[in-house]
Amino acid sequence: MPPSDRGGKPAPDLSALYQDIILDHYRRPRNSGRLAAPDEQITRKNPFCGDTIELQLTFDGDRVREARFSGQGCAISQASASMMTHLVEGKSVAELERIAEEFTGMVSDGRAPESGSSLGELRAFSGVSRLPNRHLCALLAWGALSEALVHKRRDQLPDGESTEP
Amino acid sequence: MKPLAERTDFPLLVNEPELVYLDSAATSQKPRAVIDAISALYEHDNANPHRGAYALSVRATERYHAARERVARFLGVRDAASLIFTRGTTESLNLVASSWGRRNVQPGDEIVVTAAEHHANFVPWQQLALERGARLRICELDEGGRIDPARIAALLGPRTRAVAFHHVSNVLGDIAPVREIAELAHSVGAIAVCDGAQAAPHLSVDFESLGVDFYAFSGHKMCGPLGIGVLVGRRDLLESMPPYMMGGDMIEFVHDESSSWNVLPHKFEAGTPNVSGAVGLAAAVDYLDALGLDRVHAHERALVDEACARLAAIEDITVHGPPPGEERSGVVSFSVAGIHPHDLSSILDASGVCIRAGHHCAQPLMRRLGVAATARASFYVYNGSADIDALIEGVLSAKELFGHAAI
Repeated sequence: MPPSDRGGKPAPDLSALYQDIILDHYRRPRNSGRLAAPDEQITRKNPFCGDTIELQLTFDGDRVREARFSGQGCAISQASASMMTHLVEGKSVAELERIAEEFTGMVSDGRAPESGSSLGELRAFSGVSRLPNRHLCALLAWGALSEALVHKRRDQLPDGESTEP
Repeated sequence: MKPLAERTDFPLLVNEPELVYLDSAATSQKPRAVIDAISALYEHDNANPHRGAYALSVRATERYHAARERVARFLGVRDAASLIFTRGTTESLNLVASSWGRRNVQPGDEIVVTAAEHHANFVPWQQLALERGARLRICELDEGGRIDPARIAALLGPRTRAVAFHHVSNVLGDIAPVREIAELAHSVGAIAVCDGAQAAPHLSVDFESLGVDFYAFSGHKMCGPLGIGVLVGRRDLLESMPPYMMGGDMIEFVHDESSSWNVLPHKFEAGTPNVSGAVGLAAAVDYLDALGLDRVHAHERALVDEACARLAAIEDITVHGPPPGEERSGVVSFSVAGIHPHDLSSILDASGVCIRAGHHCAQPLMRRLGVAATARASFYVYNGSADIDALIEGVLSAKELFGHAAI
Protein backbone atom coordinates (compact mmCIF):
# COMPACT_ATOMS: atom_id res chain seq x y z
CA MET A 1 0.00 0.00 0.00
CA PRO A 2 1.15 3.57 -0.55
CA PRO A 3 3.08 5.02 2.33
CA SER A 4 0.87 7.50 4.10
CA ASP A 5 3.70 9.95 4.81
CA ARG A 6 3.85 11.13 1.21
CA GLY A 7 0.93 13.50 1.55
CA GLY A 8 2.40 15.42 4.49
CA LYS A 9 4.45 18.10 2.77
CA PRO A 10 3.94 19.84 -0.51
CA ALA A 11 6.29 18.45 -3.15
CA PRO A 12 8.94 20.92 -4.42
CA ASP A 13 7.22 21.56 -7.77
CA LEU A 14 4.05 22.40 -5.88
CA SER A 15 5.58 25.42 -4.20
CA ALA A 16 6.87 26.44 -7.65
CA LEU A 17 3.28 26.30 -8.89
CA TYR A 18 1.67 27.99 -5.92
CA GLN A 19 4.17 30.77 -5.39
CA ASP A 20 3.38 33.31 -2.70
CA ILE A 21 2.61 35.99 -5.27
CA ILE A 22 0.00 33.74 -6.92
CA LEU A 23 -1.64 32.91 -3.62
CA ASP A 24 -1.53 36.58 -2.65
CA HIS A 25 -3.36 37.66 -5.81
CA TYR A 26 -5.86 34.83 -5.26
CA ARG A 27 -6.55 36.02 -1.71
CA ARG A 28 -6.60 39.72 -2.56
CA PRO A 29 -7.46 40.04 -6.24
CA ARG A 30 -6.56 43.44 -7.80
CA ASN A 31 -8.98 45.02 -10.21
CA SER A 32 -11.80 42.72 -9.19
CA GLY A 33 -15.21 44.17 -10.00
CA ARG A 34 -17.10 45.72 -12.87
CA LEU A 35 -16.88 48.99 -14.80
CA ALA A 36 -19.86 51.24 -15.38
CA ALA A 37 -19.11 51.83 -19.07
CA PRO A 38 -16.57 49.39 -20.52
CA ASP A 39 -15.40 49.80 -24.11
CA GLU A 40 -14.79 46.07 -24.43
CA GLN A 41 -16.35 43.27 -22.43
CA ILE A 42 -15.59 39.56 -22.90
CA THR A 43 -16.80 36.51 -20.97
CA ARG A 44 -14.85 33.28 -21.15
CA LYS A 45 -15.76 29.90 -19.70
CA ASN A 46 -13.60 26.88 -19.10
CA PRO A 47 -15.89 24.06 -20.24
CA PHE A 48 -13.95 21.46 -18.27
CA CYS A 49 -14.45 23.00 -14.85
CA GLY A 50 -17.19 25.60 -15.36
CA ASP A 51 -14.95 28.46 -14.24
CA THR A 52 -15.88 31.86 -15.64
CA ILE A 53 -14.04 35.14 -16.21
CA GLU A 54 -15.60 38.38 -17.34
CA LEU A 55 -13.03 40.95 -18.47
CA GLN A 56 -13.89 44.62 -18.97
CA LEU A 57 -11.63 47.25 -20.47
CA THR A 58 -11.79 50.96 -21.14
CA PHE A 59 -9.38 52.65 -23.56
CA ASP A 60 -7.77 56.03 -24.00
CA GLY A 61 -7.23 55.95 -27.73
CA ASP A 62 -5.06 52.92 -28.34
CA ARG A 63 -4.12 52.37 -24.69
CA VAL A 64 -5.94 50.52 -21.92
CA ARG A 65 -7.14 52.96 -19.28
CA GLU A 66 -8.84 50.60 -16.83
CA ALA A 67 -9.25 46.84 -16.56
CA ARG A 68 -11.58 44.89 -14.27
CA PHE A 69 -12.45 41.23 -13.99
CA SER A 70 -15.17 39.25 -12.26
CA GLY A 71 -16.21 35.63 -12.06
CA GLN A 72 -14.94 32.76 -10.05
CA GLY A 73 -12.37 30.06 -10.37
CA CYS A 74 -9.28 28.40 -9.00
CA ALA A 75 -6.23 30.16 -7.59
CA ILE A 76 -4.39 29.87 -10.89
CA SER A 77 -7.16 31.42 -13.00
CA GLN A 78 -8.00 34.15 -10.49
CA ALA A 79 -4.40 35.15 -9.81
CA SER A 80 -3.67 35.13 -13.53
CA ALA A 81 -6.61 37.48 -14.14
CA SER A 82 -5.62 39.71 -11.26
CA MET A 83 -2.00 40.06 -12.36
CA MET A 84 -2.96 40.44 -16.02
CA THR A 85 -5.40 43.28 -15.35
CA HIS A 86 -2.70 44.99 -13.28
CA LEU A 87 -0.21 44.69 -16.12
CA VAL A 88 -2.41 45.87 -19.00
CA GLU A 89 -3.19 49.36 -17.75
CA GLY A 90 -1.46 52.00 -19.87
CA LYS A 91 -0.31 49.52 -22.52
CA SER A 92 -1.16 49.76 -26.22
CA VAL A 93 -3.01 47.12 -28.22
CA ALA A 94 0.18 46.11 -30.06
CA GLU A 95 2.16 45.83 -26.81
CA LEU A 96 -0.55 43.71 -25.25
CA GLU A 97 -0.76 41.40 -28.26
CA ARG A 98 2.96 40.75 -27.88
CA ILE A 99 2.68 40.16 -24.13
CA ALA A 100 -0.31 37.85 -24.52
CA GLU A 101 1.61 35.82 -27.08
CA GLU A 102 4.61 35.62 -24.80
CA PHE A 103 2.53 34.58 -21.78
CA THR A 104 0.66 31.96 -23.80
CA GLY A 105 3.94 30.55 -25.14
CA MET A 106 5.38 30.38 -21.63
CA VAL A 107 2.36 28.49 -20.27
CA SER A 108 1.46 26.29 -23.24
CA ASP A 109 4.89 25.44 -24.60
CA GLY A 110 7.17 26.14 -21.65
CA ARG A 111 8.98 28.88 -23.63
CA ALA A 112 11.16 31.03 -21.37
CA PRO A 113 10.30 34.74 -21.55
CA GLU A 114 12.66 36.74 -23.73
CA SER A 115 15.21 39.04 -22.14
CA GLY A 116 13.60 42.42 -21.75
CA SER A 117 10.25 40.71 -21.38
CA SER A 118 7.35 42.73 -20.06
CA LEU A 119 5.88 39.76 -18.22
CA GLY A 120 7.44 40.82 -14.92
CA GLU A 121 5.90 38.99 -12.01
CA LEU A 122 3.70 36.99 -14.38
CA ARG A 123 6.76 34.79 -14.80
CA ALA A 124 5.46 33.15 -11.62
CA PHE A 125 3.12 31.16 -13.88
CA SER A 126 5.95 29.41 -15.73
CA GLY A 127 5.50 26.41 -13.41
CA VAL A 128 2.02 25.80 -14.85
CA SER A 129 3.55 24.66 -18.14
CA ARG A 130 4.43 21.31 -16.58
CA LEU A 131 0.76 20.67 -15.74
CA PRO A 132 -1.11 20.47 -19.07
CA ASN A 133 -4.47 20.06 -17.32
CA ARG A 134 -4.00 23.50 -15.71
CA HIS A 135 -2.99 25.44 -18.83
CA LEU A 136 -6.56 26.54 -19.47
CA CYS A 137 -6.81 27.88 -15.91
CA ALA A 138 -3.81 30.17 -16.38
CA LEU A 139 -4.91 31.19 -19.87
CA LEU A 140 -8.62 31.80 -19.25
CA ALA A 141 -8.29 35.56 -18.64
CA TRP A 142 -5.70 35.85 -21.43
CA GLY A 143 -8.11 34.30 -23.89
CA ALA A 144 -10.57 37.02 -22.90
CA LEU A 145 -7.87 39.67 -23.35
CA SER A 146 -6.92 38.42 -26.81
CA GLU A 147 -10.55 38.42 -27.86
CA ALA A 148 -10.98 41.95 -26.48
CA LEU A 149 -7.94 43.09 -28.48
CA VAL A 150 -9.42 41.60 -31.67
CA HIS A 151 -12.64 43.50 -30.97
CA LYS A 152 -10.69 46.68 -30.28
CA ARG A 153 -8.82 46.43 -33.58
CA ARG A 154 -12.10 45.79 -35.40
CA ASP A 155 -13.70 48.76 -33.66
CA GLN A 156 -10.78 50.95 -34.74
CA LEU A 157 -11.52 50.29 -38.42
CA PRO A 158 -13.16 53.36 -39.94
CA ASP A 159 -16.38 51.57 -40.87
CA GLY A 160 -16.43 49.51 -37.67
CA GLU A 161 -16.80 52.52 -35.38
CA SER A 162 -20.55 52.64 -35.55
CA THR A 163 -21.20 48.91 -34.98
CA GLU A 164 -20.34 49.01 -31.28
CA PRO A 165 -22.00 51.15 -28.63
CA MET B 1 -9.33 -1.50 6.57
CA LYS B 2 -7.49 -3.44 3.90
CA PRO B 3 -8.45 -3.42 0.21
CA LEU B 4 -11.01 -6.06 -0.76
CA ALA B 5 -9.05 -7.05 -3.88
CA GLU B 6 -5.34 -7.66 -4.08
CA ARG B 7 -3.56 -4.62 -5.42
CA THR B 8 -1.35 -7.07 -7.30
CA ASP B 9 -4.37 -8.09 -9.42
CA PHE B 10 -4.11 -4.68 -11.13
CA PRO B 11 -0.99 -4.21 -13.28
CA LEU B 12 -1.23 -0.42 -13.27
CA LEU B 13 -1.23 -0.37 -9.47
CA VAL B 14 1.77 -2.68 -9.48
CA ASN B 15 3.56 -0.38 -11.93
CA GLU B 16 2.60 2.65 -9.80
CA PRO B 17 3.13 1.32 -6.29
CA GLU B 18 2.84 4.76 -4.69
CA LEU B 19 -0.34 5.76 -6.49
CA VAL B 20 -3.45 6.49 -4.43
CA TYR B 21 -6.21 6.08 -7.01
CA LEU B 22 -9.44 7.66 -5.81
CA ASP B 23 -11.14 8.30 -9.15
CA SER B 24 -12.77 4.98 -9.95
CA ALA B 25 -16.14 6.67 -10.50
CA ALA B 26 -14.49 8.21 -13.58
CA THR B 27 -12.89 4.95 -14.68
CA SER B 28 -11.69 1.95 -12.74
CA GLN B 29 -8.31 0.28 -13.05
CA LYS B 30 -8.28 -3.03 -14.90
CA PRO B 31 -7.39 -6.42 -13.43
CA ARG B 32 -4.83 -8.64 -15.12
CA ALA B 33 -7.60 -11.13 -15.96
CA VAL B 34 -9.38 -8.55 -18.12
CA ILE B 35 -6.22 -7.43 -19.94
CA ASP B 36 -5.30 -11.09 -20.56
CA ALA B 37 -8.78 -11.92 -21.90
CA ILE B 38 -8.52 -9.08 -24.42
CA SER B 39 -5.00 -10.12 -25.47
CA ALA B 40 -6.09 -13.76 -25.80
CA LEU B 41 -8.96 -12.79 -28.08
CA TYR B 42 -6.62 -10.95 -30.43
CA GLU B 43 -3.96 -13.67 -30.22
CA HIS B 44 -6.27 -16.64 -30.85
CA ASP B 45 -9.79 -15.76 -31.99
CA ASN B 46 -9.67 -12.50 -33.94
CA ALA B 47 -11.84 -12.25 -37.07
CA ASN B 48 -14.92 -10.28 -38.03
CA PRO B 49 -17.88 -12.01 -36.39
CA HIS B 50 -21.13 -12.80 -38.23
CA ARG B 51 -19.31 -12.54 -41.56
CA GLY B 52 -17.00 -15.31 -42.59
CA ALA B 53 -18.02 -18.92 -43.09
CA TYR B 54 -14.56 -19.98 -41.97
CA ALA B 55 -13.87 -21.48 -38.56
CA LEU B 56 -11.97 -18.48 -37.19
CA SER B 57 -14.88 -16.11 -37.83
CA VAL B 58 -17.21 -18.62 -36.23
CA ARG B 59 -14.98 -18.65 -33.14
CA ALA B 60 -15.03 -14.87 -32.97
CA THR B 61 -18.83 -14.95 -33.25
CA GLU B 62 -19.05 -17.50 -30.47
CA ARG B 63 -16.80 -15.46 -28.21
CA TYR B 64 -19.00 -12.40 -28.77
CA HIS B 65 -22.21 -14.31 -28.06
CA ALA B 66 -20.74 -15.97 -24.99
CA ALA B 67 -19.74 -12.54 -23.67
CA ARG B 68 -23.31 -11.29 -24.11
CA GLU B 69 -24.70 -14.33 -22.28
CA ARG B 70 -22.21 -13.82 -19.46
CA VAL B 71 -23.02 -10.13 -18.97
CA ALA B 72 -26.75 -10.89 -19.17
CA ARG B 73 -26.34 -13.46 -16.38
CA PHE B 74 -24.48 -10.87 -14.29
CA LEU B 75 -27.53 -8.59 -14.50
CA GLY B 76 -30.16 -11.26 -14.05
CA VAL B 77 -31.32 -10.74 -17.65
CA ARG B 78 -32.95 -13.99 -18.87
CA ASP B 79 -33.33 -12.87 -22.49
CA ALA B 80 -29.77 -12.09 -23.61
CA ALA B 81 -30.99 -10.74 -26.96
CA SER B 82 -32.47 -7.77 -25.10
CA LEU B 83 -28.95 -6.79 -23.97
CA ILE B 84 -27.43 -4.40 -26.51
CA PHE B 85 -23.70 -3.69 -26.54
CA THR B 86 -22.96 0.01 -26.99
CA ARG B 87 -19.93 2.26 -26.52
CA GLY B 88 -21.04 3.12 -23.01
CA THR B 89 -23.78 4.62 -20.86
CA THR B 90 -23.87 7.79 -22.95
CA GLU B 91 -24.61 5.92 -26.16
CA SER B 92 -27.11 3.65 -24.40
CA LEU B 93 -29.13 6.60 -23.10
CA ASN B 94 -28.90 8.48 -26.40
CA LEU B 95 -30.17 5.36 -28.14
CA VAL B 96 -33.30 5.31 -25.98
CA ALA B 97 -33.94 9.07 -26.17
CA SER B 98 -33.43 9.08 -29.92
CA SER B 99 -35.00 5.81 -31.06
CA TRP B 100 -37.79 5.38 -28.49
CA GLY B 101 -38.21 9.10 -27.94
CA ARG B 102 -38.71 10.25 -31.53
CA ARG B 103 -41.32 7.56 -32.04
CA ASN B 104 -43.23 8.02 -28.78
CA VAL B 105 -42.94 11.63 -27.61
CA GLN B 106 -45.46 14.07 -29.13
CA PRO B 107 -45.91 17.83 -28.75
CA GLY B 108 -47.31 18.59 -25.31
CA ASP B 109 -46.00 15.37 -23.76
CA GLU B 110 -43.80 15.47 -20.68
CA ILE B 111 -40.50 13.89 -19.72
CA VAL B 112 -39.36 13.80 -16.10
CA VAL B 113 -35.68 13.84 -15.11
CA THR B 114 -34.04 14.64 -11.78
CA ALA B 115 -31.81 17.59 -10.95
CA ALA B 116 -28.92 15.24 -10.19
CA GLU B 117 -28.64 13.55 -13.57
CA HIS B 118 -25.33 13.27 -15.34
CA HIS B 119 -25.42 15.27 -18.58
CA ALA B 120 -25.73 11.93 -20.43
CA ASN B 121 -29.13 11.36 -18.81
CA PHE B 122 -30.20 15.01 -18.95
CA VAL B 123 -29.20 16.58 -22.25
CA PRO B 124 -30.62 13.82 -24.54
CA TRP B 125 -34.03 14.28 -22.87
CA GLN B 126 -33.78 18.07 -22.87
CA GLN B 127 -32.97 18.08 -26.58
CA LEU B 128 -35.67 15.51 -27.36
CA ALA B 129 -38.21 17.70 -25.56
CA LEU B 130 -37.07 20.76 -27.53
CA GLU B 131 -37.21 18.87 -30.81
CA ARG B 132 -40.63 17.32 -30.18
CA GLY B 133 -42.27 20.31 -28.52
CA ALA B 134 -42.50 18.35 -25.27
CA ARG B 135 -41.91 19.64 -21.76
CA LEU B 136 -38.93 18.64 -19.64
CA ARG B 137 -39.86 18.53 -15.97
CA ILE B 138 -37.02 18.50 -13.45
CA CYS B 139 -37.54 16.78 -10.11
CA GLU B 140 -35.71 18.66 -7.36
CA LEU B 141 -33.84 16.59 -4.78
CA ASP B 142 -34.73 16.50 -1.09
CA GLU B 143 -32.57 18.20 1.55
CA GLY B 144 -30.26 15.18 1.76
CA GLY B 145 -29.66 15.21 -2.01
CA ARG B 146 -31.86 12.16 -2.55
CA ILE B 147 -34.63 11.43 -5.04
CA ASP B 148 -37.90 11.62 -3.12
CA PRO B 149 -40.48 9.39 -4.84
CA ALA B 150 -43.24 11.72 -3.62
CA ARG B 151 -41.64 14.57 -5.56
CA ILE B 152 -41.47 12.37 -8.66
CA ALA B 153 -45.13 11.44 -8.18
CA ALA B 154 -46.08 15.13 -7.97
CA LEU B 155 -44.64 15.69 -11.47
CA LEU B 156 -46.39 12.76 -13.12
CA GLY B 157 -49.53 13.11 -15.18
CA PRO B 158 -51.39 11.75 -18.18
CA ARG B 159 -48.86 13.36 -20.58
CA THR B 160 -45.77 11.88 -18.89
CA ARG B 161 -44.03 9.61 -21.38
CA ALA B 162 -40.73 8.84 -19.66
CA VAL B 163 -39.05 9.13 -16.27
CA ALA B 164 -35.25 9.15 -16.52
CA PHE B 165 -33.20 8.90 -13.33
CA HIS B 166 -29.97 7.61 -11.85
CA HIS B 167 -29.55 4.47 -9.80
CA VAL B 168 -26.54 6.00 -8.01
CA SER B 169 -25.60 9.68 -8.37
CA ASN B 170 -22.05 10.22 -9.65
CA VAL B 171 -21.75 13.31 -7.44
CA LEU B 172 -23.64 12.49 -4.25
CA GLY B 173 -23.49 8.70 -4.13
CA ASP B 174 -27.10 8.30 -3.00
CA ILE B 175 -28.86 5.09 -4.00
CA ALA B 176 -32.26 5.74 -5.58
CA PRO B 177 -35.39 3.69 -4.78
CA VAL B 178 -35.43 2.40 -8.36
CA ARG B 179 -38.29 -0.07 -8.09
CA GLU B 180 -40.57 2.46 -6.44
CA ILE B 181 -39.85 5.10 -9.09
CA ALA B 182 -40.39 2.56 -11.88
CA GLU B 183 -43.79 1.62 -10.43
CA LEU B 184 -44.76 5.30 -10.23
CA ALA B 185 -43.78 5.81 -13.86
CA HIS B 186 -45.76 2.76 -14.94
CA SER B 187 -48.80 3.92 -12.99
CA VAL B 188 -49.23 6.78 -15.48
CA GLY B 189 -48.19 4.73 -18.51
CA ALA B 190 -44.67 6.19 -18.74
CA ILE B 191 -41.48 4.22 -19.22
CA ALA B 192 -38.70 4.17 -16.60
CA VAL B 193 -35.14 4.71 -17.84
CA CYS B 194 -32.36 4.14 -15.32
CA ASP B 195 -28.74 5.31 -15.58
CA GLY B 196 -26.80 2.55 -13.84
CA ALA B 197 -23.28 3.80 -14.64
CA GLN B 198 -22.41 4.28 -10.96
CA ALA B 199 -24.47 1.32 -9.72
CA ALA B 200 -23.58 -1.71 -11.86
CA PRO B 201 -19.90 -1.58 -10.78
CA HIS B 202 -20.74 -1.38 -7.08
CA LEU B 203 -24.09 -3.03 -6.26
CA SER B 204 -25.73 -6.31 -7.03
CA VAL B 205 -28.09 -5.32 -9.88
CA ASP B 206 -30.99 -7.53 -10.93
CA PHE B 207 -32.66 -6.02 -13.98
CA GLU B 208 -35.87 -8.02 -13.69
CA SER B 209 -36.50 -7.08 -10.07
CA LEU B 210 -35.65 -3.38 -10.57
CA GLY B 211 -38.70 -3.18 -12.82
CA VAL B 212 -37.33 -0.49 -15.14
CA ASP B 213 -37.82 -0.55 -18.90
CA PHE B 214 -34.27 0.44 -19.79
CA TYR B 215 -31.04 0.17 -17.81
CA ALA B 216 -27.71 1.56 -19.03
CA PHE B 217 -24.12 1.28 -17.82
CA SER B 218 -20.46 1.37 -18.94
CA GLY B 219 -17.88 -1.39 -18.80
CA HIS B 220 -14.89 0.79 -18.01
CA LYS B 221 -16.13 1.85 -14.58
CA MET B 222 -16.42 -1.81 -13.51
CA CYS B 223 -12.98 -3.24 -14.26
CA GLY B 224 -13.79 -3.63 -17.97
CA PRO B 225 -12.16 -1.90 -20.94
CA LEU B 226 -12.97 1.51 -22.34
CA GLY B 227 -15.41 1.69 -25.24
CA ILE B 228 -17.93 -0.99 -24.26
CA GLY B 229 -21.24 -0.45 -22.52
CA VAL B 230 -24.65 -1.96 -22.20
CA LEU B 231 -28.28 -1.12 -22.74
CA VAL B 232 -30.77 -3.61 -21.39
CA GLY B 233 -34.35 -3.07 -22.47
CA ARG B 234 -37.74 -4.67 -22.32
CA ARG B 235 -38.01 -6.81 -25.45
CA ASP B 236 -41.40 -5.50 -26.59
CA LEU B 237 -40.12 -1.93 -26.46
CA LEU B 238 -36.89 -2.76 -28.28
CA GLU B 239 -38.87 -4.64 -30.94
CA SER B 240 -41.10 -1.62 -31.54
CA MET B 241 -38.21 0.87 -31.83
CA PRO B 242 -36.53 1.91 -35.08
CA PRO B 243 -32.76 1.37 -35.42
CA TYR B 244 -30.49 4.02 -33.94
CA MET B 245 -27.72 3.65 -36.50
CA MET B 246 -27.76 2.15 -39.97
CA GLY B 247 -25.09 -0.01 -41.54
CA GLY B 248 -23.71 -3.51 -41.55
CA ASP B 249 -24.98 -6.23 -39.23
CA MET B 250 -28.26 -4.45 -38.39
CA ILE B 251 -30.09 -5.11 -41.68
CA GLU B 252 -32.11 -8.06 -42.93
CA PHE B 253 -32.69 -7.10 -46.57
CA VAL B 254 -31.65 -3.94 -48.40
CA HIS B 255 -33.78 -3.16 -51.42
CA ASP B 256 -33.23 -0.17 -53.69
CA GLU B 257 -36.07 1.76 -52.09
CA SER B 258 -36.30 0.32 -48.58
CA SER B 259 -34.68 -1.95 -46.03
CA SER B 260 -35.75 -4.26 -43.25
CA TRP B 261 -34.01 -4.84 -39.97
CA ASN B 262 -32.19 -7.70 -38.37
CA VAL B 263 -33.51 -9.26 -35.14
CA LEU B 264 -32.46 -8.20 -31.65
CA PRO B 265 -29.84 -7.49 -30.50
CA HIS B 266 -28.27 -6.90 -33.94
CA LYS B 267 -30.83 -4.28 -34.96
CA PHE B 268 -29.12 -1.89 -32.52
CA GLU B 269 -25.53 -2.95 -33.18
CA ALA B 270 -24.68 -1.47 -36.57
CA GLY B 271 -21.17 -2.05 -37.85
CA THR B 272 -18.47 -4.48 -36.80
CA PRO B 273 -19.06 -5.14 -33.11
CA ASN B 274 -16.56 -4.45 -30.35
CA VAL B 275 -15.75 -8.10 -29.66
CA SER B 276 -12.67 -7.43 -27.56
CA GLY B 277 -14.65 -4.97 -25.45
CA ALA B 278 -17.42 -7.48 -24.88
CA VAL B 279 -14.94 -10.24 -24.03
CA GLY B 280 -13.12 -7.86 -21.65
CA LEU B 281 -16.38 -6.90 -19.99
CA ALA B 282 -17.30 -10.57 -19.55
CA ALA B 283 -13.93 -11.13 -17.85
CA ALA B 284 -14.61 -8.08 -15.66
CA VAL B 285 -17.94 -9.44 -14.43
CA ASP B 286 -16.24 -12.78 -13.75
CA TYR B 287 -13.77 -10.89 -11.60
CA LEU B 288 -16.48 -8.94 -9.77
CA ASP B 289 -18.65 -12.02 -9.23
CA ALA B 290 -15.67 -13.83 -7.72
CA LEU B 291 -15.27 -10.95 -5.25
CA GLY B 292 -19.04 -10.84 -4.68
CA LEU B 293 -20.99 -7.63 -5.35
CA ASP B 294 -22.47 -7.64 -1.86
CA ARG B 295 -18.97 -7.67 -0.40
CA VAL B 296 -17.91 -4.94 -2.86
CA HIS B 297 -20.75 -2.73 -1.69
CA ALA B 298 -20.12 -3.41 2.01
CA HIS B 299 -16.41 -2.64 1.54
CA GLU B 300 -17.08 0.66 -0.23
CA ARG B 301 -19.73 1.62 2.26
CA ALA B 302 -17.24 1.19 5.10
CA LEU B 303 -14.60 3.24 3.24
CA VAL B 304 -17.09 5.98 2.40
CA ASP B 305 -18.32 6.18 6.00
CA GLU B 306 -14.74 6.47 7.21
CA ALA B 307 -13.82 9.08 4.58
CA CYS B 308 -16.96 11.15 5.23
CA ALA B 309 -16.40 11.15 8.99
CA ARG B 310 -12.72 12.07 8.73
CA LEU B 311 -13.30 14.78 6.10
CA ALA B 312 -16.25 16.29 7.99
CA ALA B 313 -14.10 16.52 11.11
CA ILE B 314 -11.73 18.93 9.35
CA GLU B 315 -12.52 22.61 9.71
CA ASP B 316 -13.88 24.36 6.59
CA ILE B 317 -14.86 21.11 4.82
CA THR B 318 -18.40 20.46 3.60
CA VAL B 319 -19.28 16.89 2.61
CA HIS B 320 -22.12 16.82 0.06
CA GLY B 321 -24.77 14.15 -0.24
CA PRO B 322 -26.76 11.94 2.11
CA PRO B 323 -26.21 12.53 5.86
CA PRO B 324 -23.84 10.24 7.78
CA GLY B 325 -25.07 6.71 8.33
CA GLU B 326 -27.33 6.66 5.28
CA GLU B 327 -27.08 4.27 2.39
CA ARG B 328 -24.46 5.47 -0.08
CA SER B 329 -22.27 4.08 -2.81
CA GLY B 330 -18.54 4.65 -3.18
CA VAL B 331 -18.54 8.39 -3.91
CA VAL B 332 -17.70 11.33 -1.62
CA SER B 333 -17.99 14.87 -2.98
CA PHE B 334 -16.72 17.64 -0.79
CA SER B 335 -15.75 21.32 -0.77
CA VAL B 336 -12.96 23.01 1.14
CA ALA B 337 -13.71 26.66 1.91
CA GLY B 338 -11.20 28.96 0.21
CA ILE B 339 -9.62 26.23 -1.92
CA HIS B 340 -10.92 25.60 -5.41
CA PRO B 341 -11.30 21.88 -6.22
CA HIS B 342 -8.83 22.20 -9.11
CA ASP B 343 -6.17 23.58 -6.81
CA LEU B 344 -6.92 20.85 -4.29
CA SER B 345 -6.63 18.22 -7.02
CA SER B 346 -3.25 19.59 -8.19
CA ILE B 347 -1.94 19.64 -4.64
CA LEU B 348 -3.12 16.08 -3.98
CA ASP B 349 -1.63 14.99 -7.29
CA ALA B 350 1.77 16.18 -6.11
CA SER B 351 1.51 13.50 -3.39
CA GLY B 352 0.30 10.86 -5.83
CA VAL B 353 -3.38 11.11 -4.82
CA CYS B 354 -5.80 11.10 -7.78
CA ILE B 355 -9.20 12.68 -7.19
CA ARG B 356 -11.68 14.27 -9.56
CA ALA B 357 -12.28 18.01 -9.49
CA GLY B 358 -14.93 19.74 -11.52
CA HIS B 359 -18.63 19.77 -12.27
CA HIS B 360 -18.72 15.99 -12.85
CA CYS B 361 -20.88 16.49 -15.96
CA ALA B 362 -23.70 17.51 -13.64
CA GLN B 363 -23.99 21.29 -14.03
CA PRO B 364 -27.71 21.42 -13.09
CA LEU B 365 -26.80 19.77 -9.77
CA MET B 366 -23.80 22.07 -9.22
CA ARG B 367 -26.11 25.09 -9.56
CA ARG B 368 -28.43 23.64 -6.93
CA LEU B 369 -25.54 22.89 -4.57
CA GLY B 370 -24.46 26.51 -5.06
CA VAL B 371 -20.96 25.57 -6.24
CA ALA B 372 -19.23 25.67 -9.61
CA ALA B 373 -17.34 22.49 -8.90
CA THR B 374 -16.59 19.98 -6.16
CA ALA B 375 -13.76 17.65 -5.27
CA ARG B 376 -14.73 14.00 -5.47
CA ALA B 377 -13.00 10.95 -4.04
CA SER B 378 -14.40 7.62 -5.20
CA PHE B 379 -13.53 4.19 -3.90
CA TYR B 380 -13.34 0.72 -5.34
CA VAL B 381 -12.21 -2.78 -4.51
CA TYR B 382 -8.48 -1.97 -4.47
CA ASN B 383 -8.81 0.93 -2.01
CA GLY B 384 -8.26 0.71 1.72
CA SER B 385 -7.92 2.96 4.75
CA ALA B 386 -4.34 3.83 3.79
CA ASP B 387 -5.77 5.64 0.75
CA ILE B 388 -8.01 7.69 3.04
CA ASP B 389 -4.95 8.51 5.18
CA ALA B 390 -3.22 9.90 2.09
CA LEU B 391 -6.33 11.85 1.07
CA ILE B 392 -6.69 13.44 4.51
CA GLU B 393 -3.00 14.31 4.72
CA GLY B 394 -3.14 15.84 1.24
CA VAL B 395 -6.17 17.92 2.16
CA LEU B 396 -4.47 19.13 5.33
CA SER B 397 -1.32 20.10 3.43
CA ALA B 398 -3.44 22.00 0.90
CA LYS B 399 -5.09 23.89 3.74
CA GLU B 400 -1.67 24.64 5.15
CA LEU B 401 -0.35 25.88 1.80
CA PHE B 402 -3.33 28.11 1.19
CA GLY B 403 -3.61 29.13 4.84
CA HIS B 404 -0.06 30.51 4.81
CA ALA B 405 -1.02 32.89 2.04
CA ALA B 406 -3.90 34.35 4.04
CA ILE B 407 -3.15 37.95 4.93
